[in-house]
Amino acid sequence: MHERPRHWHQWFLIMAAFAAIAILLVMPLALIFTEAFSQGWAMVQQNLTNPDMLGAIKLTLIVTLITVPVNLLFGILLAWCVTRYEFRGRKLLSTLIDIPFAMSPVVAGLCYLVVYGAQSVVGNWFSGMGVQLMFALPGMVMVTVFVTCPYVARVLIPLMESQGQHEEEAAIILGASGWQAFLYVTLPKIRWALLYGVVLTNARAVGEFGAVSVVSGLIRGQTLTLPLLVQMWNQDYNTVGAFTAAGLLAAMALVTLLLKTVLEWATQHSSDNATEQKTEQDTP
Amino acid sequence: MRVWISALLLAIAGAASAQQTLLNSSYDIARELFAAVNPKFQAHWQEMTGEDVTIQQSHSGSSKQARAILQGLKADVVTFNQVTDVNVLHDKGKLIPANWNTRLPNNSSPYYSTTAFLVRKGNPKNIQGWADLAKDDVSVVFPNPKTSGNGRYTYLAAWMATSDRLDGDEEKIRDYMAQFLANVAVFDSGGRAATVTFAEREIGDVLISFESEVNNIRKQYGSDDYDVVVPKTSVLAEFPVTVVDKVVDQKGTRKVATEYLNFLYSEDIQRLLAGFNYRVHNDTVVKETADQFPPVKLLEVADYFGSWAEAQKTHFASGGELDRLQAKARSLR
Repeated sequence: MHERPRHWHQWFLIMAAFAAIAILLVMPLALIFTEAFSQGWAMVQQNLTNPDMLGAIKLTLIVTLITVPVNLLFGILLAWCVTRYEFRGRKLLSTLIDIPFAMSPVVAGLCYLVVYGAQSVVGNWFSGMGVQLMFALPGMVMVTVFVTCPYVARVLIPLMESQGQHEEEAAIILGASGWQAFLYVTLPKIRWALLYGVVLTNARAVGEFGAVSVVSGLIRGQTLTLPLLVQMWNQDYNTVGAFTAAGLLAAMALVTLLLKTVLEWATQHSSDNATEQKTEQDTP
Repeated sequence: MRVWISALLLAIAGAASAQQTLLNSSYDIARELFAAVNPKFQAHWQEMTGEDVTIQQSHSGSSKQARAILQGLKADVVTFNQVTDVNVLHDKGKLIPANWNTRLPNNSSPYYSTTAFLVRKGNPKNIQGWADLAKDDVSVVFPNPKTSGNGRYTYLAAWMATSDRLDGDEEKIRDYMAQFLANVAVFDSGGRAATVTFAEREIGDVLISFESEVNNIRKQYGSDDYDVVVPKTSVLAEFPVTVVDKVVDQKGTRKVATEYLNFLYSEDIQRLLAGFNYRVHNDTVVKETADQFPPVKLLEVADYFGSWAEAQKTHFASGGELDRLQAKARSLR
């Protein structure tokens, strides 16, 4: 499969790649933790228990806990529609899913502000009902859902497409309802990919800055998520605090990376199994 | 699933059932200031009425803050560092009356500041006033007037102080301004970035910013390394405050919001403000802190340019005075 490097220039390329990764990725990441701990453990603890920090952690968790299930359902629905049905506009739908990938999050935030802000019809109506959308939790959740909505679908679609729907058809012929077919046949086949999508969505939701910053209103302890807190404390000359918050985000990223690797392995493993089973069935 | 639903409900309920809550929308560098003011006001309000009040703070560039309020951020009071940004709330959204600045003493500006210099220890280039900034061997750092209110103050202060010195000879003022702009080492987009350029990257002989801010920077980066120079003539920088009428009437917070702003004029808070290196109006505090604030002749933007809006148009708009001076400055470099 892979060829072992033999010539010096092949080794050189590999060394260059490692050097680039060390300089571009590992060093800054290591620096975050060095900076965070630069004034001792007590300072880190003080920053971690600061009410602004606790508020930011809580808000980030709330936003993520709402975003992930919403996008999980949304992703499954989209993937199901695109891979199981043949209809006019299927290609279009599958392209539209990618809008959040293509669009800068700041632009997304501004769009939401224009559509749901106080100067719009929709925003006005909600504000008349006493519901504050923008510069409050609902707005922050809305933009985060928007920014992270393609991940689950994008992971599922290729997998479900390659798996085909023979097994579901068989289940239905054997008398299963559509829902049963999904629950007992499709779901077990896609569960690793699904988890992988969730991990990606989660990582993106926790780290989202641009869109959230536009609709946050930056109220301390109220509408400040962790990434916004990093920026605020940095501007506040609270460098250690900023790096502590950044360290927290980086730690989450590392955990995500670990989960991602495990899940990637599991996804591959399970699809290998599936193909093996398939070939076994096909050969006799 | 149940967990996040209840979390959501809790969050919504929490927002709805809150007691009296004030949101103070303020400028970037006022975080520590209001973190110190707010507990004092809460105690004051408790003593006055027996009620509790929660005060929330939002900080960002004041132009950005004004736009957020127009787009629905429910701020009860604004405490800004630019009069124009308060005016916008009337001009674009009719959220406050046109005469908002007559509702409180001193043009509704409970404290003020001026533009001053931060120089390297011992002031090796002997920078004392605006005229020194146009000397050949001086390198200057301040934020870009196109993007920063702070930078606009610096630009206008340089213009006005020179106009004052040269009795308004416009040709000579332009010569000075071109030389001054040619001495700019880096044009950062905001005050914070300019501070980093000067203090961390060690570029330039002098950093120009608000007097309050240069004192804070000196404290932050080490008083052993820097000195503060307040020029004899400079600009009056007001810090306007107002309640946002439309919001307080909707939320029923007019009384507490008004008292909050009045409270900024009380002797206790004026003393606190002086501690943050802002100049204040209270006579007792002014006497107490006399040696902290060197005397300075303060010039007003309205006297020299008509109004902020007009200064904006003739100087900072595309193809305006600043652009022409920049072109001239480039030929001098």
